[in-house]
Amino acid sequence: MLQLENLSFQVADASASQKEIIKNLNLTIGDHRFIVITGPNGGGKSTLAKLIMGIEKPTGGRILFNGQDITEFSITQRAGSGISFAFQQPVRFKGIKVKDLITLSAGSSLSTAGACEYLSKVGLCARDYINRDVDASLSGGELKRIEIATVLARNTPLSVFDEPEAGIDLWSFNNLIKVFEELHDTDTHRSLLIISHQERILNIADEIVVIADGRVKAQGRRENILPELLQDTGSCRFYQEVQE
Amino acid sequence: MDAIQKELLNQVAGLHEMPAGAYNIRADGESVARSTTAHIDIVTKTDKPGIDIVIKPGTKNESVHIPVLLSQSGLTEMVYNDFYIGDDCDVTIVAGCGIHNSGDQMSRHDGVHSFYVGKNSHVKYVEKHYGSGEGSGERIMNPQTVVELQENSFMELETVQIRGVDSTKRSTRATLGDGAKIIVTEKLMTHGKQYAETSFDVDLNGEGSSANVISRAVARDDSRQLFLAKINGNNRCAGHSECDAIIMDNARISAVPEITANHLDAELIHEAAIGKIAGDQIIKLMTLGLTEAEAEAQIVNGFLK
Repeated sequence: MLQLENLSFQVADASASQKEIIKNLNLTIGDHRFIVITGPNGGGKSTLAKLIMGIEKPTGGRILFNGQDITEFSITQRAGSGISFAFQQPVRFKGIKVKDLITLSAGSSLSTAGACEYLSKVGLCARDYINRDVDASLSGGELKRIEIATVLARNTPLSVFDEPEAGIDLWSFNNLIKVFEELHDTDTHRSLLIISHQERILNIADEIVVIADGRVKAQGRRENILPELLQDTGSCRFYQEVQE
Repeated sequence: MDAIQKELLNQVAGLHEMPAGAYNIRADGESVARSTTAHIDIVTKTDKPGIDIVIKPGTKNESVHIPVLLSQSGLTEMVYNDFYIGDDCDVTIVAGCGIHNSGDQMSRHDGVHSFYVGKNSHVKYVEKHYGSGEGSGERIMNPQTVVELQENSFMELETVQIRGVDSTKRSTRATLGDGAKIIVTEKLMTHGKQYAETSFDVDLNGEGSSANVISRAVARDDSRQLFLAKINGNNRCAGHSECDAIIMDNARISAVPEITANHLDAELIHEAAIGKIAGDQIIKLMTLGLTEAEAEAQIVNGFLK
């Protein structure tokens, strides 16, 4: 479904020299995959997600989506060709209602009942939220769930989520896991690409990609990668000891 | 009324036909239709152009429409409308001015609306401005609103100017008695080479009085806006003014909020923010499939909704 070929991304840093965030990265994501990208902070994960959505333009390499070169596509064109994106820090708007945002996401006129269905899936009582503005009156967690609902409404072959668990409480987190599983199960072609540090999200992936220092450090089936990851991280070792 | 005047009427008052309740429709300098009710009287002034609208005490759930339409190029007028609202009323007043100028001469409507609002009354006042016509003649409107609110009365004042007015100076002055309350919401969009100036001057004289002035404005192209909000707290009172503006293209906006506390228990706040559309808002809407221009339009429409 998605191929990243020799992808590079550089930015000018404070001293005006070039800093390489993504370094000649190669990655292939097949159809109907549930992939979690993980790795240390500052390793380039969020940048990679933005490069896929077109929010950042690569300084080298190519991006192919279903065989088509989309490297030069705008964000709008990528959205149109079937990629959706959930922001790590969702945007607030003055004067745009939750229903407006969900309707825009669905891309066609949507009944209130239709919009409510997406909100219910992310654990929000639709009646309370549908006519609220997507502004500062919403808490971070509410906003995050609405953000995920917009991606559900988009219903695209590829959905990219940038740290969907950030700011979500425990109860909603269980729901979130269910949402991802359902999303994966209901369409036999759809792929999910989730950037996450959460072990419980890693636990439901088919495949785990570890990105560090702008490169793919490891990639493989969850059964193979996850045990290594848990051994590598101090906190998880502690967690394991507690388990034992 | 001709088709142009009917369209203006639709734009400024949302009316396709004669409204229910009391009304006075002024077209090209003359009153063309009028209706009064048992509780609301409309009388032509004898000393100067304009009307007196007299609402009897205790009038509830009634409305008055007083739209002004100008479709004759080169017409300028100055009109005085006085509203006398008795005690214990609950009424809606819809004013508004539409100018269609297809000629090359300036068309201009200046209006002074004075409201005397009795005790315990609630008045909702809506004023829309709209300009159209392909002529090079300017469309100018300068509305002045003067409000006197007596004990425990409450006025909501909504003004909207979205299209087509080349130059406008809007001045609103309000004096509030004990327990009186005013909420002003302004929605303004300027484009082309338009100029819009808004000034609010509120005197919170009464104990427990309050004012909330909220302005949302968008300036695009080469247009200019000046927003002045002055709140004087002369008693135990609460005042808040807020100007939130989006600037686009080569436009210029100034916001000058001023609050003065002349009493120890006056609580006054002002907020003013001017900025371009946030880039991440546009990006978010583009990820939903909108083009950049569509995203911008969506954000501006929502902001002014």
